[in-house]
Amino acid sequence: MELTSPTDFAKERVKSVQDYAVLSVRSLVNLFKRPLYVADMIQQADLIGFGSLPIVLAACFFTGAALALNSASTLDRFGAMTVIGQLVSVGIVRELGPVLAGLVVAGRNASGMASELGSMVVTEQIDAMRALGTDPLKKLVTPRVTSTIVMLFFLTILGDLLGLIGGAFVVRLVLRLDTHQYWSSAWQTLEYSDVFTGLTKPVVFGFIIATIGCYYGLNTKGGTQGVGRATTEAVVAAMILIIAVDVFITRVLMLTLGTS
Amino acid sequence: MSTPTLPIESRSAADQRPSPDAIVFEDVELAFDDKVVLAGISFRLAHGETKAIFGVAGSGKSTILKLALGLLKPDSGRIAVLGEEITTMTEDQLFELRRKVGIVFQESALFDSLTVRENVAYRLLEEGKLSEEEIEKRVREALSFVELAHTMDMYPSELSGGMRRRVGIARTIITEPEVLLYDSPTGGLDPVTSNTIIELIVKQRDVYKTSSLLVTHRLQDAFTMGTHYFDRSENKMKPLPPNARSAVPMGFLILREGRIIFDGDLKSLRETTDEYIREYIS
Repeated sequence: MELTSPTDFAKERVKSVQDYAVLSVRSLVNLFKRPLYVADMIQQADLIGFGSLPIVLAACFFTGAALALNSASTLDRFGAMTVIGQLVSVGIVRELGPVLAGLVVAGRNASGMASELGSMVVTEQIDAMRALGTDPLKKLVTPRVTSTIVMLFFLTILGDLLGLIGGAFVVRLVLRLDTHQYWSSAWQTLEYSDVFTGLTKPVVFGFIIATIGCYYGLNTKGGTQGVGRATTEAVVAAMILIIAVDVFITRVLMLTLGTS
Repeated sequence: MSTPTLPIESRSAADQRPSPDAIVFEDVELAFDDKVVLAGISFRLAHGETKAIFGVAGSGKSTILKLALGLLKPDSGRIAVLGEEITTMTEDQLFELRRKVGIVFQESALFDSLTVRENVAYRLLEEGKLSEEEIEKRVREALSFVELAHTMDMYPSELSGGMRRRVGIARTIITEPEVLLYDSPTGGLDPVTSNTIIELIVKQRDVYKTSSLLVTHRLQDAFTMGTHYFDRSENKMKPLPPNARSAVPMGFLILREGRIIFDGDLKSLRETTDEYIREYIS
């Protein structure tokens, strides 16, 4: 294996960041340029949104149930079982709903985008597209970015609901508590800042998932082996970024909304 | 024996062209990382001429086509296509120019999620200037040219390698480009299919007088093009008499290690004394 000098390695990293930034900015700027590929956006929304719906709902449902179970033993020691609804609702809406939906969509769609675009690169379909007068960023990246952002937003709302329902199942069937109390405390404890925080995250995560998937796909090198590598790297990068950016957004929103 | 009259039609705008050459490369250099791919490439492709580019694998043949289309930018030097300097153009400006320049890719590069009809109509659908009926008519004409009108509703995966190349040609010629770039259009194909494709390229050269660059590994393909013409009345390629071979606008370019070592016609290629070239063409 050929060794790379630290300078070359650093240059390569900086160039990657620069290329990613250019792709990200252009994916948004293209929204204001003609033509707008609405049909591609709808097709991607179907693939990303409806395709991911069952897994996102299942993941959120079981996480809500597990959160209720784990919280119950601690709350019981303090005789505070009545606040279980509050705990599940804040946990799901602020944090677990958006992050879980983001991670599931990243696993499913960042890989799909990287492999699809990567295959198009190695079979010269991207070059053919440029040769035929179409901007691949406009035709392929912008629809994926907008669709992922929009669909992840709605997936998160549904995921939050299923997370709360999962908690309600545990409260009713395992803990044998009153679900009316669970739902009223879950509802009443939610503040504007909780909902705002929980719904800002999927917008950012959606952008990360689509741009990372497209970036790795469009920069695929090395034939079919390269496609596999790009796919894996896209998923890993998207997941790590989601988790890291989550901390950052949470803190920024806390300071902005005055909830720290 | 008299020289056959070549049924070559002139393009209507031929006399108003701003430049006498379709493509001009002047001292073009390109390197990928530390590997020099092209080292000072200079040549001219006249309007209506077809130039075959030879060279061993990795000599930079396909790179020349990508540079001519603006898919790659050179490190230095000047490239002009149809009188316009493309080295300083933005991608948006290049999209306009690419309407007049078509490329047939090595592996045809058809969009595998689209049908043959959608692949061939791709550019017209993107432009959205023509009615559906007009697009359908143009697609049928282009596919008839490559004798594949019956494949309209098939997907590329359902076609053979030779058929895919021909669909690639149909997709390229549907907008009647002034310049065509062929990247190993017969690579990996059997001799019969290769001959069909060469016949289509000769037809494009002699009937529509399209300027072309043809990258190939197969010497016999280029020699066939230099010794044959397309007879419209019989709708087939026919051999030229030996004394009429200069009647077809056919040139040859040989690359070696990123440099041009030969640029001339069939006669001078046959008469060359360069040992490397003689060995290459023998």
